[in-house]
Amino acid sequence: MATQTQAQFYSSLKKYYSFYTGGFIAFVIIVAILEQMGVPNKILGYIFLAATVGLYAGIGVMSRTADVSEYYVAGRRVPALFNGMATGADWMSAASFIGMAGTLYLTGFDGLAFVLGWTGGYCLVALLLAPYLRKFGQFTIPDFLGARYGGNIARSIGVFAAILCSFTYVIAQIYGVGLITSRFTGLEFGIGVFVGLGGILVCSFLGGMKAVTWTQVAQYIILIVAYMIPVVWLSVKHTGIPVPQVAYGYVLEKVTAREKVLNDASTPDGAREAAVRAIFKQRQEAAEGKLKALETGGAAYLAEEKGKLEKAASDLKASSAPDAKAIAAAEKDVAGFPADAAAAKKAWTGAANAAKAKTGPIAAHAEPFSGKDEKTRDNKRKNFLALVLCLMVGTAALPHILMRYYTTPSVGEARKSVFWSLFFIFLLYFTAPALAVLAKFDVYTLLVGSNFSELPSWVGAWASVDKSLMSVTDINMDGIVQLAEITIGGDLIVLATPEIAGLPYVITGLVAAGGLAAALSTADGLLLTIANALSHDVYYKMIDPHAPTTRRLAISKGLLLVVAVVAAYVTSLKPGDILFLVGAAFSLAASAFFPALALGIFWKRANKWGAILGMTAGLGTCMYYMYMTYPFFGVNAPQWWDINPISAGIFGMPVGIIGVIVGSLLTAAPAKEVQEMVDHVRYPNLEGSVSTQTV
Amino acid sequence: MQLTEKHKQYWQKNLRLTGILLAIWFVATFVMGWFARDLQSFTILGFPFSFYMAAQGSLIIYVVIIWYYAFAMNKMDRAYGVHEGDD
Repeated sequence: MATQTQAQFYSSLKKYYSFYTGGFIAFVIIVAILEQMGVPNKILGYIFLAATVGLYAGIGVMSRTADVSEYYVAGRRVPALFNGMATGADWMSAASFIGMAGTLYLTGFDGLAFVLGWTGGYCLVALLLAPYLRKFGQFTIPDFLGARYGGNIARSIGVFAAILCSFTYVIAQIYGVGLITSRFTGLEFGIGVFVGLGGILVCSFLGGMKAVTWTQVAQYIILIVAYMIPVVWLSVKHTGIPVPQVAYGYVLEKVTAREKVLNDASTPDGAREAAVRAIFKQRQEAAEGKLKALETGGAAYLAEEKGKLEKAASDLKASSAPDAKAIAAAEKDVAGFPADAAAAKKAWTGAANAAKAKTGPIAAHAEPFSGKDEKTRDNKRKNFLALVLCLMVGTAALPHILMRYYTTPSVGEARKSVFWSLFFIFLLYFTAPALAVLAKFDVYTLLVGSNFSELPSWVGAWASVDKSLMSVTDINMDGIVQLAEITIGGDLIVLATPEIAGLPYVITGLVAAGGLAAALSTADGLLLTIANALSHDVYYKMIDPHAPTTRRLAISKGLLLVVAVVAAYVTSLKPGDILFLVGAAFSLAASAFFPALALGIFWKRANKWGAILGMTAGLGTCMYYMYMTYPFFGVNAPQWWDINPISAGIFGMPVGIIGVIVGSLLTAAPAKEVQEMVDHVRYPNLEGSVSTQTV
Repeated sequence: MQLTEKHKQYWQKNLRLTGILLAIWFVATFVMGWFARDLQSFTILGFPFSFYMAAQGSLIIYVVIIWYYAFAMNKMDRAYGVHEGDD
């Protein structure tokens, strides 16, 4: 391939990936035929997972390399279009593929913060960073900090921050891989994690960035096809128009009209909803009553309550005509009774909150920042905008994304490549809100008001898999489904769409393969970032700058293996809340990297001490706020201006920027060579200037 | 090396373009977001306007911003003789 020109390379790539897409569609058709012939669903699931992971492994092996530049930056010859696809797959994680539509279903307008934040950030990447980093042209983001700010301190802080945010993020990805593998193959979660890990390593181990790039392109194609097919189908089902993104406006109108009916107790449907809500209100009050009695009565009250239940059970047994079912239920109540005051408090608080969530009217899907009073609404608006800003700036600071723009052949291609990246990401992100609305319409009109005796088959199927994803209980015993009687977990929306739309199982398998592609591709990019920070920045640049190529690559690959195993081990312990982990990664990256990177390009006066002060202060503020306010850490200090811990970056970023400015102005201006380097990165081609690019 | 007047002009123009596009980005994101409740009364294709912007309109603006920046800068590189050799 080395003798090919860039144009020949580009046209043969287009040919390969066209063949590949055609082959993939043929494969899906063959599996569909197998399904019609009666092959069981579980086997089909295995075929899908094995075939796609096998494919990635094939690309990974074919892209093996012993060349440093190919290993770290794919030889810097990835054309803009393909780098765009690879960035799209690198970017869109399990959270985007599976979680986003569900979040939008559950939160309506307010969930659009994720859609805005995760796309708008690319404007900052395109305008402030990508072309300049490409011109600088080394291997990692800490490389830039090291060269721009001199010495190893700025580089080390960069390495620490890169590992911190990438590691937080990769745990969320491996979690997604484990979830999908276990759900579609029936393996245990912990085993699913390590099977998925094998899938991640085959893509990146032999060929580094080169292999990751070409598998990510393949993964993008699978994930976008898998996302679109069920949504288009659902759109045809409800609107007759195969372009869901245009058609769902009118569906949204119907959903809004339906919300009004269900919230209006004077209509028959609304009255039934109100009846169910009243029952939940009673349950909430009952649980709160017990909590209050527990506070005053303590252990004695607990014993007394348990005694009552035991007496009820023995009375039933002693009665003249014992009812076996009632006895079993009564004994279950006794067995399930909390053992001590702490357990009782936890159980009853949970019950009160769960019931309370069902007592309020339905929040309108399209209404921004809905709330009972002006203060709640203002608070929601403030947090919405803060989250959008953190996600955007975080996008422009996550090393695994910025690193991708080192791989294009030129500055001009890097600029075009950001356009293609956002275009390919946009395809999925402007479809997710459509999916949420279409699924909501289905649930509000077809499920609500139907008879419990004839529920659609997908409801039963998913309720039997996982109660937290889907459960329907006839609370008011009228035999008809009310909205308040349905509990839906966010992840259900994407996973169950094929069945909601009435598609064959092959499409469900395709969606699982798409979700796996999304999680694997992001995990690959992140693991490579961590391993490269350790092997390139720490080992090669700081410990042994004379290390021969073979040793550098051997250490890189070894570290990749170690990091991957550690990440999988941490994931199998199931730490924290996935959405919070993802959000935290963005806030951390935004606070640590963005000020030093952007000011390093746009402000020549920024110097070493400014960068050190800005990065540590920004990162420190962000971590401090998270630690103090996120319930997981147990401190629960009062929030500053009511900002949620997920948006901690809103404090870290300004502190970081001020830190860089103050630190720089208090110390001497950077050396002439550094200022010349800044000029060098500002112009795509500057004759006679210094060269920073590593080939 | 010493930057020529032409080089300085190139950088000024780049800064101006970047500034203008960032201003558009800011309006499409934060001004729209701030006034979301006030902008929901009229509809476009069936969507309340603020919902449409957050779910689609602003995203399209982002894509166009980045496309235009790449187009304009790649053209300007050639006009100012700072373009790369062969691509």
